[in-house]
Amino acid sequence: MGMTMSQKILAYKAGMDSVKPGDLIQAKLDMVLANDITAPVAINEFEKADFADVFHKDKIALVLDHFTPNKDIKAAEQCKQVREFADKHDITHFYEGGNVGVEHALLPEKGLVAPGNLVIGADSHTCTYGAVNAFSTGIGSTDMAVGMATGMGWFKVPAAIRFNLTGKLSKNVSGKDLILYIIGKIGVDGALYRSMEFTGEGVHSLTMDDRFTIANMAIEAGAKNGIFEPDDIMKAYVEEHAAVEYQYFYPDADAEYEQTIDIDLSKLAPQVAFPHLPENTKTIAEAEAMNIKIDQVVIGSCTNGRISDLEIAANILKGKKVKRGVRVMVLPATPKIYMEAMMAGYLQTFMDAGCVIGPPSCGPCLGGHLGILAKGERCVSTTNRNFVGRMGHTESEVYLASPAVAAASAVAGIICGPDSL
Amino acid sequence: MIVSGNVHKYGDNVDTDVIIPARYLNVSDAKQLAAHCMEDIDADFVNKVKEGDLMVANKNFGCGSSREHAPLAIKTSGIKLIIAESFARIFYRNAINIGLPIMECEAAAKEINAGDVVEADLTTGVITNKTTGKTYQAAGFPPFIQGIVDAGGLVNYVKTSK
Repeated sequence: MGMTMSQKILAYKAGMDSVKPGDLIQAKLDMVLANDITAPVAINEFEKADFADVFHKDKIALVLDHFTPNKDIKAAEQCKQVREFADKHDITHFYEGGNVGVEHALLPEKGLVAPGNLVIGADSHTCTYGAVNAFSTGIGSTDMAVGMATGMGWFKVPAAIRFNLTGKLSKNVSGKDLILYIIGKIGVDGALYRSMEFTGEGVHSLTMDDRFTIANMAIEAGAKNGIFEPDDIMKAYVEEHAAVEYQYFYPDADAEYEQTIDIDLSKLAPQVAFPHLPENTKTIAEAEAMNIKIDQVVIGSCTNGRISDLEIAANILKGKKVKRGVRVMVLPATPKIYMEAMMAGYLQTFMDAGCVIGPPSCGPCLGGHLGILAKGERCVSTTNRNFVGRMGHTESEVYLASPAVAAASAVAGIICGPDSL
Repeated sequence: MIVSGNVHKYGDNVDTDVIIPARYLNVSDAKQLAAHCMEDIDADFVNKVKEGDLMVANKNFGCGSSREHAPLAIKTSGIKLIIAESFARIFYRNAINIGLPIMECEAAAKEINAGDVVEADLTTGVITNKTTGKTYQAAGFPPFIQGIVDAGGLVNYVKTSK
């Protein structure tokens, strides 16, 4: 029986000829990641277990991106704990201050994750790196602690759902709309325990930033990981960025999929996920008809804080003003993206329109800081989750959308797409 | 091992943000986390939970973030077992890794109500609703995962299997 891309990487990293869904394997890790929220719990476990040292100082990334710049004394103490651990064990890839970016934008940009790599991260959106043909998945702090100590992880080999993409996205429709459409179709547990394998000629029409966004939100369908088949666009990105060894993995022709879902990209419209689940999707036309007044817009995060996201938003906001009563925050996801947005004039466009530019931080996405919602407030956000209380008060509301819809809504003061401005 | 206690019941897709809101993740101390357990879905939970109680929920329990703070808060609040139709995969791993017992059993999850007294045998997977008298059989773990459960969590498992 043939294997999927995910199964092939797991077999390779476990030193086995083949694996099948349901197999429990131990496999070698290429990168182990945590942030300022999950690393402290992992460090507590690491030290409680009395592990002597980390398995490899170059294969661990500690990224202080969630409650940074430090939001309060307790957050500062957590960052300090991680910093001291990084110093003690001479961790190469420790990021804070002017070097830090949102982890899942930062690691691919630095080339620390690459095709065929096996990556675990104590952050659920670690699945982002499937965009570069890596098997990467979110785990908890105890897995992180053991991974840091041993360089090994346990995995249940996932069955797969294949997404066969055809056609090309229309103007003002992006990777965010595709993944929201998929989650709306299969539900927040529609891919539970499974891998989402993205293949088909439609993949070639997606930019790398689109693919990062799509793989990033695989977890919102419950998936273990999301992964893309290599093509020339991916290879060009990898050649430019990769700082670690890599190997491309393609699906076998006779790979088994529990299900194949065919999607014609040309038929997709912009999507909005309504509170309080990412599966509560409506098309932009349905959302506009409801005339939903908003209080805040957030453009950023590991889902949509990359340069092309900022470019799309800036092109819509150019020469326009944010609607009175709406607060708009733009958070470039990494220092490099920030600099590029500055050089391209996007930051000036945002400020002229009346937006606030924030630092590279997860910030408002998880209701940590930098843009918390009051009772009854509504936010259109390019982030990934809209659970109860996700961005603040339990009676606030988050509507998930693309950068284009977020920027247009900022101008209109109601949820709308750029075609309606 | 047998656990027995009152049931706290929840529905589908209980996410980790309502189990332990991110605004409390500026600490990693289990007791401080437990003080806010379930706060955004059941603000009274911390007042009514007693040591030895059980939690029962429907499908996809623990979806969302990878925060191990979620099972840690539940475990430290005194809950001895979670029964659900299904668990989100990271929560499932995390619970096993930190030694918080979980069971997947669709019928039990659907039929057990809040306030029922439920007894469960963690070794055999037999669940008895003492309020209604009904019994259920939960799905077993594969041997490798049972080994982690038996060791009391992943760190102990790794340390003892060296």
